[in-house]
This record gives sequence, C-alpha cells and structure tokens, in this order.
Amino acid sequence: MAEKVIIDGNEAVARGAIHAGCKHFFGYPITPQSEIAEYMARQLPRIGGVFVQSECEGGSIYMLYGGALAGARVMTSTSSPGFSLMQEGISYISAAEAPCVIVNVMRMGPGIGTGGQQGQTDYRQVTKGGGHGAYRCIVLAPSSPQEIFDLVQLAFYLSDKYRIVALILSDFIIGRMAEPVELRTLEFGPLPEKEWALKGKGEKGGRCDHPAGAPRFPADRSKGLIDFYMHLLEKYQKIAESEVRYDTYLADDATLLVAAYGSSARMARGAVNMARAKGIKAGLFRPITLWPFPEESLRRAALATEKVLVVEDSPGEFVEDVRFVVQGQVPVHLLGLWARHNQRGGGIIHPERILEEMEKLT
Amino acid sequence: MRETALAKEKICGRPRLRNLMPGFSCPGCHYGIIIRLLCEVIDEMGIEDDVIGLAGVGCSYAWPILFDIDFGACPHGRAPAMATAIKRIHSKALVFTVQGDGDLGAIGLGCFMNALLRAEKLTTIFLNNAGYGMTGGQMAPTTLPGMRTTTTPYGRDPNTTGYPLHAAELVASIKSVAYSARCTVHTPAHYQRAKRAMKMAFQKQIDGIGYGFLELLSACPPVWGLTPVESLKFIEHKMLAEFPLGEFKNVDSID
Repeated sequence: MAEKVIIDGNEAVARGAIHAGCKHFFGYPITPQSEIAEYMARQLPRIGGVFVQSECEGGSIYMLYGGALAGARVMTSTSSPGFSLMQEGISYISAAEAPCVIVNVMRMGPGIGTGGQQGQTDYRQVTKGGGHGAYRCIVLAPSSPQEIFDLVQLAFYLSDKYRIVALILSDFIIGRMAEPVELRTLEFGPLPEKEWALKGKGEKGGRCDHPAGAPRFPADRSKGLIDFYMHLLEKYQKIAESEVRYDTYLADDATLLVAAYGSSARMARGAVNMARAKGIKAGLFRPITLWPFPEESLRRAALATEKVLVVEDSPGEFVEDVRFVVQGQVPVHLLGLWARHNQRGGGIIHPERILEEMEKLT
Repeated sequence: MRETALAKEKICGRPRLRNLMPGFSCPGCHYGIIIRLLCEVIDEMGIEDDVIGLAGVGCSYAWPILFDIDFGACPHGRAPAMATAIKRIHSKALVFTVQGDGDLGAIGLGCFMNALLRAEKLTTIFLNNAGYGMTGGQMAPTTLPGMRTTTTPYGRDPNTTGYPLHAAELVASIKSVAYSARCTVHTPAHYQRAKRAMKMAFQKQIDGIGYGFLELLSACPPVWGLTPVESLKFIEHKMLAEFPLGEFKNVDSID
C-alpha cells in the first residue's frame, strides 16, 4: 500500500496534482485555498517545476492557457470570486481545446460573500459554464481529501484524453478538513502525444502550429463554424456516454432518496445512518461528475423511491438538475442554506437538521 | 540577330518565413512592412526553430497564420501572461508577443506591466498606430491630443481622456528590462534601424539578460482618415513629435 498521511483537502489537491505529473502551477492568493499555492511554491522548485504567483486570477488563467498550449500538465486553483475572474479565459481555453485542470474551492455568496467561509453557491456557474460561447467543462465533485487526491489525478487524465478543461469543485469544508489520505498513484492508460503543442518548430521536425481558439480562424483544424461546434458536440456526447461517475449509499431499498454532492453529501450520509437507525428507509445518491450529470442513474434511483430530498448549501441550484431529471414523477424537496445552524457566515447544515427534514417527509 | 542570354537574379521577393496565406491589411497599412521585418529578423538571426510567437487581439490577431513558425493568437491583452507560462515551460525557446496599442496599452496594460515586474525574459513588439484599427477607428491610449476618432469625435481632449501612453519610456523605467526602443518603418532608412532594434530586442532574451521591448510606429490610413502617402507625412510630422524615436534602455547586465 502507498504511504498514508493525514492532510487536508487543499494539500490533497496539490499532492494529487504532483502525483499526476503536474510541475507547473499558476496561482493567486484567495481564501480558503491559498494553501494550495503555498504548497506548490514550496514543492515545485524541489522537483524541477515552476510556481508562478500571478497578479490576479485573470493572470493565472492565461498563464494556465499558455502552459496548456505549451503541452505541459498545468493547474491553477482559486475560490469563487477568483473563479468568476477566470471565466473569459476558460472560454478561450475551451475554444482552443487546451487541456488543463482548474480547482475551485467554493466560498459562500455572490460578490465578496462571506470572505471565505463555507458555501456551495457556484454550482450553476461551474456546471453550465460561466463564460461565453456554449462550451462544456468536465466537473468533478469530491467529498473527502482522499477523493480530492484521486480525482485530481483523474482530472488530468480526462482533460488530456478529451482536450477539455477539467474542474475540481471543492469547498471550504473539504478543503480545510484533514483526514488520512493514501498517496496512491492511479493509472488510467495511455494518452495521445500532444503533437499540437507550441514548442518551437525545431522540436517538431519543422512543423508549426497556430492555435487561436477561434472557430473562424482559417488555420484552425475545424473547417468552419458549424464543423467546429459539431466536433465539440460529438466530443461532449462521448464524454456524457463514458465518463459519468456517481456513488450511492443504501439506495437500493430506499423509499426516501437524499441527493447531495461534495461536503453536503458527507452531512447527508450521516443523516441517512441516523434515519436508518430510526427505521426510515433512507438512501443517498451522490453525483461525482456534476458534468456529465448522472441523469439516467439518478432518474432510475429516484423513480425507485417515493420522495427525493436534495440537500445543498445554497439557495437551490443543484436541485434544478435533480428536478429536470426526475421530471415531476417523484416529489423533490429541497433543504437549502436556510437549514444552517446559524445566520452568520460560519453556519453549516448539520446531519441532525437533515434528519429532522427526513422525518417530516416520512 | 544575336540572342543575348539574360542572367536572372532574384533581388526581391516574399520573405522565406512568410507563407503563401494572403495578407489582409488595408491599403497603406504598415503591418505588412512589419511582418516582413519580423520574418527577416528571425531568418537572419537563425532562430526560426526556437521562436514561439503570440499575437494579441487587434489587426495583428491573424498574424500567426502568415508565418512559418510556431505562432499562436491570444485573448485581448493577455499575450504576456501566456508567453510567461510558455517561456517557463520551454526555457530554451525564444518567446515573443506582438501587441497593438489597445491590446497592450489599454486592456492588457496590467498584464504587460506585471510580466515586466516578474522579470520575465521575453520580447514584445508593440505596434503603435494611435488608434483601434480592427474595431473601426476608436481612441487608443496612444491617440494624439486633438486627434479625431469615432469615440473622440471632437478630437481627443486630454482633460477628459488623458495623454498618450509613452510605452517605450515607461518600459525603460522598469529594472528587469534589458532593452527598450521606439522605431518607425515609414522610410527604408528607418526600416533598417528598426531591424537592428528588433534584433537587439531578441538578443537580450537569447542572452538571458532581461525583457526586450520594441515599439514601432505604424500607419493606419483608415483610422487616420488619410491617404497612404498623407499617412507617411502624418508619421513624420505628428507622430514623431509626440513619440520620439530612440533607444531608451540598452543594458548588458541587470544587477
């Protein structure tokens, strides 16, 4: 077995990336994820890598774009306001189909929000794309430091395999909580060479490339606008068919299905255990990929129960996708941020509160 | 009648690194001259295998496809950030950006200044034509006082829109910069001076000394509302009065 350490989710991001062969990181400080940049600043120079502290998240995202075009495994991390600043760049990177990994350690609220405390209020932005131009990103939602460590490695693989931006959606709770993490290196299989990368034509036998991330650009590999989008659609379809990931817990015989992702899924799992102890047949459905969304699996699981309870630390974003999938065939209830144990930024939704809601529904 | 065999010698032609893709400049635009200049400099310096170019947004956005070198196009104003990452990853490559005055001086000024402040070893060719060409003639940071553009229809009023950006002088004030100069290409003699300056801007990167920066004045007849010939006079009399030519910094080491 690989070495086991006790680390928090933010360190798991950094270590997972280095395990995946990422030696170039570009970042800007923002709570609650600055520890990722700090870890990279310490470790990357020791392994021949490069850490660059950018002047803003707008700088980070374009360093990431440049690094991705250079053909290296590159990553940046940020939190919600910084993620908003990156949207233009994510759109450009998506247009150029440059593979890279972005970590959003969410914090509550619009604007400056709570200044860096817990929340899950970026779901819509992350899953539907905050930038212009109808692109898609793969979104992975871990719920523990171990899962962060594993999914960061998967994110690099998927992003290289499909030439797509892969996002890791973490948050304050899982970013800042420490648990045992097994430092295992995951193997995913071979990947194509990045023969399209900018390296100088001497490195490419005299061939040169002109990446632009623009569908109308004559030298782009697509022949025109419609070809460009058809190519993207085909790719997104393939991802939707092959890369859906989710987890279920006691869902097989459940009459009440709790749906939650990320840190809320941890709380929900605790609540399911408490409910089972009280004789309530509760189960949990936890999407791991938020895009591609596990539509079929969630629909099947939901239709096999009598009620669905969505738990998310937001005014209600994830619940929209659940309702869309269930299509009114089973009632879908939402327990949102009003269920927090206090009004201030430090509030969270405790398992006891979720149990209370489950008892009301049964 | 005796036939005379004529010896043919090619004395002028397309630069070797300029491919067959048709250009798209307006009549009288100096970008075509600067494209030739860049091709010749890369060819004469023997660095075509090592250069990686990045073009900003503006009329230079489509330059990459005209060159037989690795050359990508960037989002508006962000070429220096992208160049930073590429240079940090491929440290032996010679990474340069080509940016217009709106790209570098307005939307991308912060990005550009921060690349200088990080002491990146890059080369930037800054194209100063005193206006936004691609979007149809709006005011740029380099628009001359009093100059009429579509967004300064009564002439640029420095009291409300400020004074022209003097990029080469500003760049020269940053410690990590090894070379900063302003040239023009509106006469053959100036073209030759610009070529020497551009080589110097690359050489500073090759030698690992620091940032190499070259500002080039460039005619934009449609934005200026002048004919190509009148534009040459405009450069001579108006642009040079505002933007003096010369080397503002040229150092062989930075302590």
